[in-house]
Amino acid sequence: MCFTQNFWNLFISGIANGLVYALIALGYTLVYGVLQLINFAHSEVFMSGGFASYFILNALIGSSQPHGLASVGFVVLGIVAGATGGGIVAFLLERVAYRPLRRRNAPRLAFLISAIGASYFMYNLAGKEFGRDAVSIPSPFTNGTVFTVFGAQVQTYYIVIAVATLVMLVLLDRVVAGTRLGKGIRAVAQDAQTASLMGVNIDRVISQTFVLGGLLGGAAGFLFGLNAGVVYTMGFTPSLKAFTAAVLGGIGNIRGAVLGGLVLGVAENLGIACTQSSWRDVIAFGILVLVLLIRPTGILGERLGRSA
Amino acid sequence: MSDSTTAATTEADLIIEVDHVTLRFGGVTSLLDISLVQHRHEILSVIGPNGAGKTSLFNCVTGVYVPQVGSITFRPESAHPVTVVGRKPHRVNRLGIARTFQSSRLFNALTAFENVKIGVESRFHTGPVGAMLHLPRTRREEHRGDNRTKELLEFVGLRDRADEVASGLPYGDRRRLEIARALGTSPELLLLDEPAAGANPAEKADLSSLIERVRSEIGISVLLIEHDMGVVMSLADRIVVLNFGEVIAEGTPSQVQRDPAVIEAYLGTVNENGHEPPAAEGAPPAVAQTRQNPSAHSGGNSPSSEER
Amino acid sequence: MSAGLQPRTGSAARFWRSTDARRLFGCVVGALVVAVMTGPSGSASAPTSGFTGSLFRPRAFVFVALGLALWAVMTFRSRFGDVVRRANDRIIATPRQLLVNRWYRYIFYLAVFAFAIWYPTILSGYWQEVLVDQIGVFVLLALGLNVVVGYAGLLDLGYIAFYAIGAYSAAYWTGALPIHPPMHLNPFWAIPLAVLAAMLAGVVLGSPTLRLRGDYLAIVTLGFGEIIQIVATNLTGVTGGSQGVIGIPHFSLHVDSLKYVWHVKALPYYYLLLVFVVIALAAFRSLERSRVGRCWAAIREDEVAAEASGINVLKYKVMAFSIGASTSGFAGILTASKIGFIEPGDFTVQLSILILVLVVFGGMGSLIGAAMGAAVLQWLPQFLRVHPLFGFQPQDLFIYLGALLVVMMIFRPAGIVPSRRRRSEIGLAEHGVGTADAMSAAGGPVA
Repeated sequence: MCFTQNFWNLFISGIANGLVYALIALGYTLVYGVLQLINFAHSEVFMSGGFASYFILNALIGSSQPHGLASVGFVVLGIVAGATGGGIVAFLLERVAYRPLRRRNAPRLAFLISAIGASYFMYNLAGKEFGRDAVSIPSPFTNGTVFTVFGAQVQTYYIVIAVATLVMLVLLDRVVAGTRLGKGIRAVAQDAQTASLMGVNIDRVISQTFVLGGLLGGAAGFLFGLNAGVVYTMGFTPSLKAFTAAVLGGIGNIRGAVLGGLVLGVAENLGIACTQSSWRDVIAFGILVLVLLIRPTGILGERLGRSA
Repeated sequence: MSDSTTAATTEADLIIEVDHVTLRFGGVTSLLDISLVQHRHEILSVIGPNGAGKTSLFNCVTGVYVPQVGSITFRPESAHPVTVVGRKPHRVNRLGIARTFQSSRLFNALTAFENVKIGVESRFHTGPVGAMLHLPRTRREEHRGDNRTKELLEFVGLRDRADEVASGLPYGDRRRLEIARALGTSPELLLLDEPAAGANPAEKADLSSLIERVRSEIGISVLLIEHDMGVVMSLADRIVVLNFGEVIAEGTPSQVQRDPAVIEAYLGTVNENGHEPPAAEGAPPAVAQTRQNPSAHSGGNSPSSEER
Repeated sequence: MSAGLQPRTGSAARFWRSTDARRLFGCVVGALVVAVMTGPSGSASAPTSGFTGSLFRPRAFVFVALGLALWAVMTFRSRFGDVVRRANDRIIATPRQLLVNRWYRYIFYLAVFAFAIWYPTILSGYWQEVLVDQIGVFVLLALGLNVVVGYAGLLDLGYIAFYAIGAYSAAYWTGALPIHPPMHLNPFWAIPLAVLAAMLAGVVLGSPTLRLRGDYLAIVTLGFGEIIQIVATNLTGVTGGSQGVIGIPHFSLHVDSLKYVWHVKALPYYYLLLVFVVIALAAFRSLERSRVGRCWAAIREDEVAAEASGINVLKYKVMAFSIGASTSGFAGILTASKIGFIEPGDFTVQLSILILVLVVFGGMGSLIGAAMGAAVLQWLPQFLRVHPLFGFQPQDLFIYLGALLVVMMIFRPAGIVPSRRRRSEIGLAEHGVGTADAMSAAGGPVA
C-alpha cells in the first residue's frame, strides 16, 4: 500500500482535520435540521470566526511567546473570539438573507440564491476591508511533538484541536439534549408546523440555531486558522468538505456530522498519500459524489429529532 | 341499477389485481395483507374511516409507495399482464393508470388548457430537438394535442374556461380539470381520491354524473375513494371497506351497508351519532407518515425495508 | 401597504413598531452598508480603516441622505400606491400593450436587430472587445443557464465547468493540447464535438445528482466547478497545466472559393455571436412553448402531480441540465477560439456565480430578461471602471453582485424583466400553492 510508512502520521493529522470539519458540519446539520436547507453562507461564518480571533490575538499576543497557563488562556480567548464572530455573523445572516424570505414563504431556490449572494457579499467585503493576503494568527502556544503513537508524532496543535472540539461537542450535546432551546430545535426539526402550534416560537428557534451553528463554525475558523492562516477566501474549501462530512454522516444528524468529519478527514489524508496533495479536494469531492450515489441518507441516516 | 352492472362486470376480465399487499413505514403498518380485484368497466369504491389506508393503497397502485409484501398486477388476465410494484409513478401512468389527488394538485400557474395538454402530451414523443427546430412531427403532435385537449375540456364541461389560469377556477371546476388532466394520459383505469370532498351538493351531483360518463362514454374503469356515502352508493358497482389497513368487508353497496363489521368500524370512529360516516377532516395518519418514508429522502422508490 | 393608510395616532412607541419605522431602519442601515461597500479599502493591519474611512467622513451623510430619500419614496409609494401604479401603467404598460400586436412586435424586433448590427460599428476598439468578450459571450451563457435555473428550476453552481469542458475540447480537436486528436479540425468543425462533450458531462454529472433534493445538485455542481479547475491545473500532460494552452486557431470558413478567417479583430466575432445569440433565443423560445417547456413548468410547480401525469421528471431535469451544459460548452469554444489562449484560472467558481447573478437579475425563466440582465450587468462595471467619477475597483465586483442577489431575492425574486408565468408561480408558491422550483427529490413525499 502507498501509505504504509507514514500511515499513523496521516491518520492523526486526518483526525485533527476531521474534527475541524465536524465543527463546521454541525452548523450545516443544525440549520438543515430546522430549515431543510443547506446554508451556503456557512463558509463565511467560518471565515468571520477566523478573522475575529486573528484580530483579538494579534492585538493581545503581538510578537510575544506565551507559555503555560497564558497559552491556555489565549487558546480559550481565541475560541471565544472566533465563536463570537461566527455567532454574530450567523445571526445577521439569518436576519438579512433568510428571514425576509421565510416571512414570504419563498421557494427553496430563493433561499439558496440569497444565501449564495450573502456568502459572496461577505467574503469579498472581508477581502476589501481586511486585505486580500493571508495573515497568520500569532500562535498562543509553542507547537511541538508532545508524544508519539505508533511512531507518529502527536503535536500540541492536534491536542488543542482535540480537547477544544471535544469540549464543544459535549457542550452542544448538553444544549441539544437538555435545554429549552434544544427541545425547540428538536421539535422544529421533527415538525415545524406542529411545533408552532405547540407554542414554540419558530423564528426564535431558527435564529438561535443559526447562532449555535455560528458559534461552532466560528470556533472552527480559529482552530483552522491557527495552522493554515486567515484569508478572506478561507471558507470555501473547508466548508465544501464539511458539507461532504455532514452528508456522509447523514445530514440533519448531529452524531453523523462528527462521524462524517472524522471519516472524511482520515480518508482524504490517506487518499493523498496515494496520489499528490494537490488532489486532496478531488478526493473529498469524489467521496461526496460516491456517498450521494450509494447512500444519500448518509452513514447514520438523516434525523435531527433524536438529538446528539 | 347497480345489480345489473355487477352481473355484467363479473363476466368482463380483470383490470387490476391487488394481491396480499402489505406496506409498512418503520414500525407502522399502513396496509396489511390487502387483496382486491377490479373488473374492466367497473366503478369500485374504497371506503373506510380516516387513516384506514385508502390513500396508501392508491399510492401503492400508482407506484408512489413500494409495498414490502405482495403484488399488484395490471390487466392480470390479458395476454400481457404487467406488475405495478417497483415501477416509478410516471411508468405506471404510462401503463394506463391515472390518478387524481385528495387535495387537488393542479399546475396552478398554467391555464386549464395547458394543464390538460400536459397530460395529453405525456404520450407524445416530441423531444427538445424537435421542439427547437419545429420539426414536422412536432407540429403534428401539437395539433393533435390541441384537438384532444379541447375534446377533453368539452367532455368535463370546461371548454369555455380553457384559457383561465387554474388557480383562479372555482372548486368544482378544479376537480373536473384534474379529472380531465388524468383522462388526457389515456388511462384504462382512473383512480379518484375523494373527488367530491368539500364540494357542495350541486357540484357533487355534477361530479357523480361526470364519473359515470367516464365509465359509460369512454369506457374507463374507475377506482374511487370517497367519503360521501351518497356519491359512493349511487356510483359504485362494488365497495371495498378498509379499516386500520385491512379489508373488513367487500360487496355491493347494499351488502356493505348491512355488514356488521362496517357498521362497527364507522360507529367506532364516529361514536354517538354514527349514522353518517365521517367526513374527510384533516390529514389521515397515513399522510403524516410520509415524513418517515425513506424513499422520500433517497429519491428512489426502493422498498422501505432496504433502508431500515 | 395598508398600514400606511391607517390613521396615525402620533404615539412614538407605535411608530417604532410600524412598517414605516422598520423600513426607515432598513434604509439607513442599507445606506451605511453601501457607504462601506463603496468606501476605501482596509488591510489586515488596519482592519477598521476601511470602515472609519467610509463612515466617519462627510460622504456618509450623502449615503444616509440617499437612504432617507429612498425611504421617503417607498413610504410615499405605499401610501399613494394606486396613483403610482396608474402612472406606472400608463408609462410602462402602454408600450407593452403595443407589442401585443404581432406586426408592431416584428417591427420592434427588427429595429432592435438593426440597431444591434449598426451600433457596434461606431464603437471604439476597446468597447468592441468588451462587447464580444464581456457581453456577447455572457449573454449566450446567461441564456443557457436560464434553461437550467429559469425553466427547470434547478440550481447549477458549476455552470462554468461546462464552459471549461467546451473550451478544452475545442483546444483538443484543434490540436492545441499536449495530447493530440485523431485529426486536427477547424474550430467550426470542433463545435459539435465540443458541445457533445459538454452535454455528456452534463448527463454524467446530472443523472445521479438530479435524483436527489435540489440543494444537493447545487453543492455537487459547486464542487464540480472547483474540481474541474484543479484537474485542469494538475493534469499537466493532458491540459497543459497551470500554464494554460496557447495557439487555439481562430474560426475560419472554406467553402469552395469562399474563404474567411476570423482574426483578432472583435467585430467579426461580434456578428458571429449575434447570429448564435439570435439562434439561441429563437430555439429556447420554441422550447419554452413546446411540450418540453410545459413539462418543465409542471415539474417546477408540482413534481408529484407531474409524475402522476406521466412525466419522467428525472429525464426532463437531466435534459434541462444538459441543454444548459451544452450552451455553456458552446460559449467555451467561442471564447477559446477568439482569444486563442485558455488557462485553468479562466474557469473559476466565481464565474459561475456571476452568470447566476445575470440570470437572477434579468429574470429567471425570461429569455429577454436573462439576455438584458447579462448585457446590462456586464456593461455597467466596465462603464464604472472607465468612468473617472466612480473609480470602481473590479476586485470589489462580487461584493456588489452578492448583495444584488440577496436584494433581488428579497424584493424582486422574479427579476427585472420577469416572465409572466414565473412571477405568478412565485406568487402562488408564496401562498402555499406549488413550489416554483424543482428542489424536491424525484419521487418525493405525497400528501
